[in-house]
Amino acid sequence: MNAALLPIIILLPLLGALLPVLAIRLGRTASAWSAAALSGIALGLLLTLVPQVFAGETLLYRLDWLPAYGLNLALRLDGLGVLFALLILGIGLLVILYARYYLSEHDPMGRFYGFLLLFMAAMLGVVLSENLLLMLIFWELTSLSSFLLIGYWKHRADARQGARLALTITGGGGLALLAGILLLGHISGSYELSVVLASTETIQAHPLYPATLVLILLGAFTKSAQFPFHFWLPHAMAAPTPVSAYLHSATMVKAGVFLLARLFPALAGSELWFYLVAGTGMVTLLLGAYHALFKHDLKGLLAYSTISHLGLITLLFGLGTPLGAVAGVFHIINHAIFKASLFMAAGIIDHESGTRDMRKLNGLWRYMPHTATLAMVAAASMAGVPLFNGFLSKEMFFAETLHHSWLGAWHWLLPVGATLAGVFAVAYSIRFIHDVFFNGDPIDLPRTPHEPPRYMKVPVEILVALCLLVGIFPAWTVAPLLASAAASTVNGTVGGALPHYSLAVWHGFNLPLLMSVIAIAGGALIYVLRHQLFALHARLFRPFDAKALFERQLEQIIGYARRLTALLENGSLQRYLMLLVASAVVLVASGLWGSPLSGPLPAGEVDAVTLAGALALALSAITTTLWHRRRLVALIQLSVVGLVVSIAFVRFAAPDLALTQLSVEMVTIILLMLVLYFLPQQSPAESSPLRIGRDLLLAVAAGGSVALLAWGVLTRPYQTIGDYFMANSLSGGGGSNVVNVILVDFRGFDTLGEVTVLGIAAIGIVMMLSGLQLKMPTADAAGRPWARERYPMILAVISRPLLPLALVVAIYLMLRGHNMPGGGFIAGLVTAIALILQYVASGIAWTQQRMHLDYIKLTAAGVLLAALTGLGSWAFGYPYLTSSFGHFTLPLLGEFELATAMLFDLGVFLAVIGSTLLVLANLGKLSVLKHTLKEER
Amino acid sequence: MLSLAIEAAFAMMTLALLLNLWRVVRGPDLPDRILALDTMYINSIALIVLYGVQQKSEFYFEAALLIAVMGFVGTVAVVKYLLRGDIVE
Repeated sequence: MNAALLPIIILLPLLGALLPVLAIRLGRTASAWSAAALSGIALGLLLTLVPQVFAGETLLYRLDWLPAYGLNLALRLDGLGVLFALLILGIGLLVILYARYYLSEHDPMGRFYGFLLLFMAAMLGVVLSENLLLMLIFWELTSLSSFLLIGYWKHRADARQGARLALTITGGGGLALLAGILLLGHISGSYELSVVLASTETIQAHPLYPATLVLILLGAFTKSAQFPFHFWLPHAMAAPTPVSAYLHSATMVKAGVFLLARLFPALAGSELWFYLVAGTGMVTLLLGAYHALFKHDLKGLLAYSTISHLGLITLLFGLGTPLGAVAGVFHIINHAIFKASLFMAAGIIDHESGTRDMRKLNGLWRYMPHTATLAMVAAASMAGVPLFNGFLSKEMFFAETLHHSWLGAWHWLLPVGATLAGVFAVAYSIRFIHDVFFNGDPIDLPRTPHEPPRYMKVPVEILVALCLLVGIFPAWTVAPLLASAAASTVNGTVGGALPHYSLAVWHGFNLPLLMSVIAIAGGALIYVLRHQLFALHARLFRPFDAKALFERQLEQIIGYARRLTALLENGSLQRYLMLLVASAVVLVASGLWGSPLSGPLPAGEVDAVTLAGALALALSAITTTLWHRRRLVALIQLSVVGLVVSIAFVRFAAPDLALTQLSVEMVTIILLMLVLYFLPQQSPAESSPLRIGRDLLLAVAAGGSVALLAWGVLTRPYQTIGDYFMANSLSGGGGSNVVNVILVDFRGFDTLGEVTVLGIAAIGIVMMLSGLQLKMPTADAAGRPWARERYPMILAVISRPLLPLALVVAIYLMLRGHNMPGGGFIAGLVTAIALILQYVASGIAWTQQRMHLDYIKLTAAGVLLAALTGLGSWAFGYPYLTSSFGHFTLPLLGEFELATAMLFDLGVFLAVIGSTLLVLANLGKLSVLKHTLKEER
Repeated sequence: MLSLAIEAAFAMMTLALLLNLWRVVRGPDLPDRILALDTMYINSIALIVLYGVQQKSEFYFEAALLIAVMGFVGTVAVVKYLLRGDIVE
């Protein structure tokens, strides 16, 4: 029961993402409230589950999705999940409050909260998934939603480029992760975490373990901005600061280290793991800490500091020891708290003073003492000063670098590296405080700084209070959360045992404390010497712009792609057709080469009438091709082809096809006449004789192949799938017209799709035609002026009584369609032709006066009716579009049959009328001045 | 007797269709071709009905009905085009 809350916690922000977008119409505060309410409810639900998890339970929820592929909607809540879900929802709430005051009047706030909730849902999905494939889906969703958030200010080029860079790097990592997860599932035989975490030996002994590990680590490292993929994070700082506080300090970049923690029991402990993970972590830790000192941009400093701290956490997990994992989890908590508050403070400073450049920002203490105090506490925590929460986990980190069993004689490398990183961390923290709040007076700031609105500071205050509470009273505040999260990280379950660790602030005089003291003293020294160091840095490191390099690479790849496309696809339809037909001929010829031409059956007999029809068909096909440049003449030849084909359908017992072909012929000819009016009467001669010869050869080869194929098939005994439909049409679909039953029942879903496409195409054509102005010829091809009579009287008189007659025929065809030749498609075309004839004979104005049909609505109604008929079968517990039918008796009429398929057919009927008339009537209206007539809808 | 008459009628209708086709191909003018096409439609009705009578089946009469009701629409469209260029105005 309780576990059933898990999907709700994810679905609330996922489905609710639309709510702030709608609520923005009620004002900005309403939009913020709706977002806050959704995450607040989700947080409340989560809190009801926390006691159970702390008591040692792992909650599992499961719903089969594609069980055959190992993909299930399986969710899990254990200590690690609780920790991350609390961070995501808790900090999410604070960010929502903060963003309400951060975003300006011009920013579309509804969209911001919509993206934010979407991201929140994706992140919750990552940390609550039990199924690894499901986790991967959410993982990709975080990449996509963070792309939207980074590029939120889409008018800014740096935001767009930063978003693209982040998406490319993390998306590429996601692909590697996909491969890694597939391998992991292959090795352990399941994608469920419970199974994967319990098969450590199998996984690590498997020959594919190194490949699996590297691929999964690629996913984790790109997401958590580890060296050498770290460079996307500083560029993601183009995002609004609430996004940086949320995604780039507390949550999304933690997804990578979350993955390390999640798979820790299964993957960690091997030598490969240590060298890859701890090595990467160490390099990132040092690199980030070093570069952070030299950033003049406030957010740039914080970004590199984040990279460095993520490296620290990675290094801790890389040690592969249980205590290392405990320290890693602890630092995840602490870093999220102090870094989020620092980003928010930086956002306030930027917001109120108009710049983030530390060379300009000085002496802000006098303008915003309150904010300054908050920022100083958070920065002290970042530096690892005692009594702040960052100190505790940093002490644990120092201790762990001392107690490990790797590297042999080079054992001392880790503690020395850690201390060095600590020195830089203290130096950049001092710089953050001293440069911004003291150090003389501000230098031409765009705005005069002052304290922000009251509620913009509340989130910072809450986070800073947490820094202090955790830092001073760790045992009373964070201990149960840490114990439960660490236990589930180390053991894969909450229940397992943990090695002893102490959360006390004071451990006596020991080596880690000495390292801390060195770090603080060294950091202060470096800060004092900073000007010399800046100069040295500028001389040693030429500025290296990763983004410019990335953009150049991207340009190059796009260039290659363009050239390749141009090679394969030059825009000439003739060439595509030539290639297509030629390959078909080659494939058929090579496939059939050597097999006997004729089968055992004798050829059927041909009567004289059929032979004459075949001759007529061949002759008119040839004349169509010969005269294709005289358009009208060719069209008449083509009509002969259509007519003979229709008769052929009758001759070979396919009356439905004959009816369809005949109605399509009529619609086609009207359509072509409408279009030809705007086109030249003659096409110019463009093909060279050589080309014509080549095409002639190709045509003969293709036609000959098809003829040979047909001959080969007809002289062999064969079974068609038609037999199945013949046998089942009446019993399964309730109709004896097999063609119609196939259309509306057996293949009803296809038909629904086709009708939908028809409707979309018709509406698309109308959109393209709207506003189009074309030149109209004033004389025919021979130069004679057009006849003066617009609506010949005989035509009008004859076509009006034809309308009711044609409608009767249409209804007749429609009603009998299920059992006899006919059906909704043909009936729809007949009706459309009868109606369009009125337009031709009596004019648009006359017809519009008498007919008030909205063709767009008619089309939509038809598609909807067909779709809803299918839904109806759900109500009775059958699969979509199951048709049911029954026989009824009425006095006078006798026994008759009703089938739901007829309703479906009615939908097809309406959609066909609507879309046909939509296209024809709007094409016809192109010649009429726009303002004289209302738009035909 | 009937079957003989049907055979004879088939022969005549086929001949008529082929002659129509001749006119469609030869022209010489567009109205000649249009008229010939229209006549082809009429002759097709006869051919289909004949076929139905021969096969003793009603299945094919709807095709004939459809040609009868709508066969001339194509002709109307082309002729209107020749007269005015713009067929829906």
